[in-house]
Amino acid sequence: MNDMRIADRTVDANGIRIKASGVQVHYGDSHAIKDVSVDIPDKAVTAFIGPSGCGKSTFLRTLNRMNDTIPICRVQGNILLDGENIYDKRVDPVQLRAKVGMVFQKPNPFPKSIYDNVAYGPRIHGLTRNKAELDGIVESSLRKAALWNEVKDRLHAPGTGLSGGQQQRLCIARAVATSPEVLLMDEPCSALDPIATAQVEELIDELRSNFSVVIVTHSMQQAARVSQKTAFFHLGNLVEFGETSQIFTNPKDPRTESYITGRIG
Amino acid sequence: MTVLPLLMILAVLAAAGFVLGRQRALALAGGEPRTLHSLPAYYGWYTAIMAFVPAFIALIVWLLIQPFYVERAALPHLPTSVQQDDTARQLAMTDVRRIAAGLDAAAAQGKLTESQIAAMDAPTPELDAALKDVRVALVSSATAEGLAGAKAYRSSLATVSVVRTVVIGLIALGGLAWALKVIAPDFWARNRVEKVVLRLLMLASLIAILTTVGIIWSLLSESFNFFSQYPIGDFFFGLTWNPKFGGGSELGFIPLFWGTIYITIIALLVAVPLGLFAAIYLAEYASKRTRAWVKPMIEVIAGIPTVVYGLFALITVGPFLRDFFAAPMGFGNSAASVMTAGIVIGLLNIPFISSLSDDIINAVPQSLRDGAFGLGSTKSETIRQVVLPAALPGIAGAILMGASRAIGETMIVVMGAGAAAKLSLNPFEAMTTMTVKIVGQLTGDTDFNSPETLVAFALGMTLFVITLLLNVMAVWIVRKYREQYE
Repeated sequence: MNDMRIADRTVDANGIRIKASGVQVHYGDSHAIKDVSVDIPDKAVTAFIGPSGCGKSTFLRTLNRMNDTIPICRVQGNILLDGENIYDKRVDPVQLRAKVGMVFQKPNPFPKSIYDNVAYGPRIHGLTRNKAELDGIVESSLRKAALWNEVKDRLHAPGTGLSGGQQQRLCIARAVATSPEVLLMDEPCSALDPIATAQVEELIDELRSNFSVVIVTHSMQQAARVSQKTAFFHLGNLVEFGETSQIFTNPKDPRTESYITGRIG
Repeated sequence: MTVLPLLMILAVLAAAGFVLGRQRALALAGGEPRTLHSLPAYYGWYTAIMAFVPAFIALIVWLLIQPFYVERAALPHLPTSVQQDDTARQLAMTDVRRIAAGLDAAAAQGKLTESQIAAMDAPTPELDAALKDVRVALVSSATAEGLAGAKAYRSSLATVSVVRTVVIGLIALGGLAWALKVIAPDFWARNRVEKVVLRLLMLASLIAILTTVGIIWSLLSESFNFFSQYPIGDFFFGLTWNPKFGGGSELGFIPLFWGTIYITIIALLVAVPLGLFAAIYLAEYASKRTRAWVKPMIEVIAGIPTVVYGLFALITVGPFLRDFFAAPMGFGNSAASVMTAGIVIGLLNIPFISSLSDDIINAVPQSLRDGAFGLGSTKSETIRQVVLPAALPGIAGAILMGASRAIGETMIVVMGAGAAAKLSLNPFEAMTTMTVKIVGQLTGDTDFNSPETLVAFALGMTLFVITLLLNVMAVWIVRKYREQYE
């Protein structure tokens, strides 16, 4: 994981997973997201960067309708997941969230065993027919989250007993277990130490082969290390969106340049 | 001088100490508070504490010792036979104190003058009239010995109270002077004052503990007294409760225990689901506006005195259950029943369980709910599978608290379930609980030392142990699961 790899990385022409156009978000009277349009590619990592309060987390949460749980929040515009508008009346947000998984800033394992944490999604969505299948999903999810070797002997120990980095990987495994199409990550490393951060970043890079990953991060180094596409948000506007290598080496907008060189933020 | 003016003097001295201490500190600092170790007010507080606290402690000790000393002055006037017998001496001393108090009151009201009192050698009709006037009742009518004792008692008391005022006042002044002497700019007044405050906090918790110890002690000693008169096995395993005031009672604990448990179970069957569901609705579903008026409404229930619930049980719930359930279904026709009391106690417990559970559910971190929503859970799945398991230890604690309250409830049981101790499975039968019998056995015209009265303490002891076990269990559950569910 080093910055030198940016230039080597190319985005495969996988097509677009999420197509957002003209998205506006209001919290009561405040206008949090102003006319944002973004195309999120499949099988790639898209990073949202920007100073605090710029709306990147808010925009991330519109992608799986997590903002629905906030009564004063209004969303306008179109967000298409595989060509279908997720704000359509016929779309059940609960179903949507099974397809668009989310990992949060602070590790939030449920007060259950490691096994039950991972099995939670498959159970509520009825993804398995028997215990053996469920065991299989739990194992493969934990393997994908690079946690299997550390916990395979204590699957029935409480998930809250793990270290911070392990907890976050458990949450990733939990999100992966429902086999979502898109994985949203809201500053997944901000509560972790550098070693755990490196592990999670490595993991994100591997997840790219199966999912479309969107990550919000405060760390520009992290965005540069893990993402193929980068979107820079400022004061609710999407300032610039493009190849990560281009954003970090040759930004078109002066605001982007100021931010990545540390002049605003 | 009596104690109250003395306390007021101490308070005045303390206030003066505050002003003087503060001034002295400022004077020593040359009017420059920054050169002092502590803020000037701390020097004031220190002086005030030194003036008040040692004198106050001395006063308390004095008041504890004083009765022994004063009674020793009256003792030689009593007959020798009385002096040697403990019970007789105590009775005679009670009379002496009453006569002395009567003389005090009579003198204060001008019915008798001090010279008249001094001249009295034997009880006179005037004395009896004066005592009657000031409403002093004696065990037996005043005797010459009693009167002599009372006079000695009064004069001794007068001397003692003068000496007391002087000694306590000197201690207070000494403390004040000493504090003023030690005050210096580098004197750590703040730390001293904080140490005193710490002691005060410790004393407060100590008093709570000592009270518990005292309660246990009185229960234990009277229980031992009971078990020396009544076989312990017959109490704990006896199936009949039939106290007879002529003796030969059967004081079996099982029927009362069964009544208590039965009523508690019914109460919990009512209170736990209703309280918990109300809490879930309030914490997870209700809008802010709904919550703002529903929660206080539910909590109003907690403010109603239990005797009012008793009325409700007696005139509404009891007859209703009898007419619509018990009688048609052939369960008997008693309005007072376990069911009535259980349901009403359950209603009473709803706000406790719902309010506590509501707080506990609200304390479950939002991040857990977000995590569940983020995986595509519905609200109901989130609550059932994530929020409630996380809140479970707290909820278990709330339920056990409700159980403790149900076990200890008395008034509703008397009015709802009656006072007849029975051992039956029929929930529409009148039964009673341990608490009701404790009240019943103690509030009769019976000899205090009979097993029929003392059984109340054995019941109280058992009740105490049961609720203690419940509380220990609640603490244990919370401890065991807390770490896991954090």
